[in-house]
Amino acid sequence: MNIAMLAEIAADAGGDRVVLGDPERGVTYAQLYDRARRAARVLRESSADTVAMIGVNSELFPVALFGAALADRPFSPLNYRWADADLAAAVRRLAPVVVLVDDEFLPRFESLAGEPGVQLVARSLFLAAVADAAPIEAGAEEPANPAVLLFTSGTSGSPKVAVLGHDNLSSYILGSVELMAAEEGDAQLSSLPPYHVGGIANLLSTLFSGRRIVQLPAFDARTWIDAVRALRVTHATVVPTMVARIVDLLAEDGGGLPSLRHLSYGGGRMPLPVLERAMALLPETGFVNGYGLTETSSSITVLGPDDHRLALTSDDPAVRARLGSVGRALPTVELSVRDADGEPVAPGVTGELWVRGEQVSGRYVGTESGAAGGWFRTKDAARIDEEGYVFVEGRLDDVIVRGGENISPGEVEDALLEHPDVADAGVVGLPDDDWGERVVAAVVPVEGRTPDPGELQEWVRGKLRSSKTPSSIALVDMLPYNDNGKLVRRLLRASLQGTAGA
Amino acid sequence: MQLRIGSRWRSAVDDTQVVVVRAPAGEVSLTCGGHPLIPADSQPTPGLTIDEGATGGTALGKRYADPATGLELLCVKAGTGALALDGVELPLKSAKPLPASD
Repeated sequence: MNIAMLAEIAADAGGDRVVLGDPERGVTYAQLYDRARRAARVLRESSADTVAMIGVNSELFPVALFGAALADRPFSPLNYRWADADLAAAVRRLAPVVVLVDDEFLPRFESLAGEPGVQLVARSLFLAAVADAAPIEAGAEEPANPAVLLFTSGTSGSPKVAVLGHDNLSSYILGSVELMAAEEGDAQLSSLPPYHVGGIANLLSTLFSGRRIVQLPAFDARTWIDAVRALRVTHATVVPTMVARIVDLLAEDGGGLPSLRHLSYGGGRMPLPVLERAMALLPETGFVNGYGLTETSSSITVLGPDDHRLALTSDDPAVRARLGSVGRALPTVELSVRDADGEPVAPGVTGELWVRGEQVSGRYVGTESGAAGGWFRTKDAARIDEEGYVFVEGRLDDVIVRGGENISPGEVEDALLEHPDVADAGVVGLPDDDWGERVVAAVVPVEGRTPDPGELQEWVRGKLRSSKTPSSIALVDMLPYNDNGKLVRRLLRASLQGTAGA
Repeated sequence: MQLRIGSRWRSAVDDTQVVVVRAPAGEVSLTCGGHPLIPADSQPTPGLTIDEGATGGTALGKRYADPATGLELLCVKAGTGALALDGVELPLKSAKPLPASD
């Protein structure tokens, strides 16, 4: 099913309801679908195979996404934070391509202008052309091309281009979102960028559920908090690094976020101390953790508000531990934890997380096969408890194997973060002649503090087993994050290899 | 008829429209108001009316499901007829919404 049909169904059901922007003067559901049909006319007349977008959150995003879908052209939102040369290379990989570019970014791509197969169009000119075009009539035929092409973040090497089909995204939405179930006045603050799978899934699910979308062009904690307060935002979605910055500012200004009923986070590991602080500062807000990958059309597991509250207040260590879990599988996907030979392991045992379901693509541009037997290997290390709660321990490659013991870097990072002098922490394994690998940490001190590495080691030893205690701890000014907020362990490992000594 | 996930159907006798969310493997007979559903982009035969006893109505945004076959339909346009699978009225699926996770 074409993802544009989600917009059509929502337009039929929602009609004059505002979907985008100001509650009085914003774009209605009917207007958005009408603009998508006009955009499809414009895109169909272009000779390009693919529609790329280089831009922040704006009206262009839904218009281009659904317009491309109706024109049966894959939509590829690119990361405008990349270096110009990397972006130009991505554009060439997609050629023949029409690239819709925010006007202010256009000067960066003069080198691409006039290149065969690359057509650059400024956002303002495209939206003007859309307004003048006649809407196409949407047919019932199935699209022949994928819905979305996403360059993966490439924390472990050069970016791959993940392919998401119309059926992947549609089944995710139909399986997990209730049509027009939102209450009057519900508003979603969208701060995930268009090039992130969460930004796309968030757009589709918000639209289908009937909430009004308030777009934040780019994330900044102060702007985000001000927007939640001023626009009475009820729902928001963020990545963990955003939560950390929001929590710091909220603690400083002492004000709450009374309108915010629902805060969902995902896209990376959430440090437990940050989550506990956030829940203490926002006691009325329901927290939701969604875990998924680009290749799985966003969330495959969910830890809901009740799970969060129960875990925070429970005396049972097993229930309390669930605050660090990513929740249980969506009813529409199957999960399995496998050992290195591909055999399922017992509950509670760590292995590689495999997933299958309609929303799972697992396909990349340039590779023939998708998920084998329907199963997609996430390359994430995880265990699932007796009740079905999933604990993700990090990328399989990042799990530290010390003397045969599997150590999750996240667990050691959480222990370090609980220390009052520690602002941020990163943990990796380095080769070791005796143990295979040893645990090494980098710590960003709280401003004005200089914690003693020996004391920090004692601190970790007091919380975890001594085998999990870092053999060395370096004090650093900052840790290497990519712009999706993920710690790039590859870079951290390389820099610690130089400083950590033997 | 053979159902595909995502395919859209309309009633031949009222305003009801549905999208297939989950599809059984084999052929099924799906009706609304007592008459077979038709593809959403086709026109119904004029003059048909809702069969006696096949009323009850469909509600926008609600799901109708048959756990035995795994069929699940999403109502995207409400109507006055009742949906039935192989002659048995399709029950409303009890709603257990997921918290929005993205």
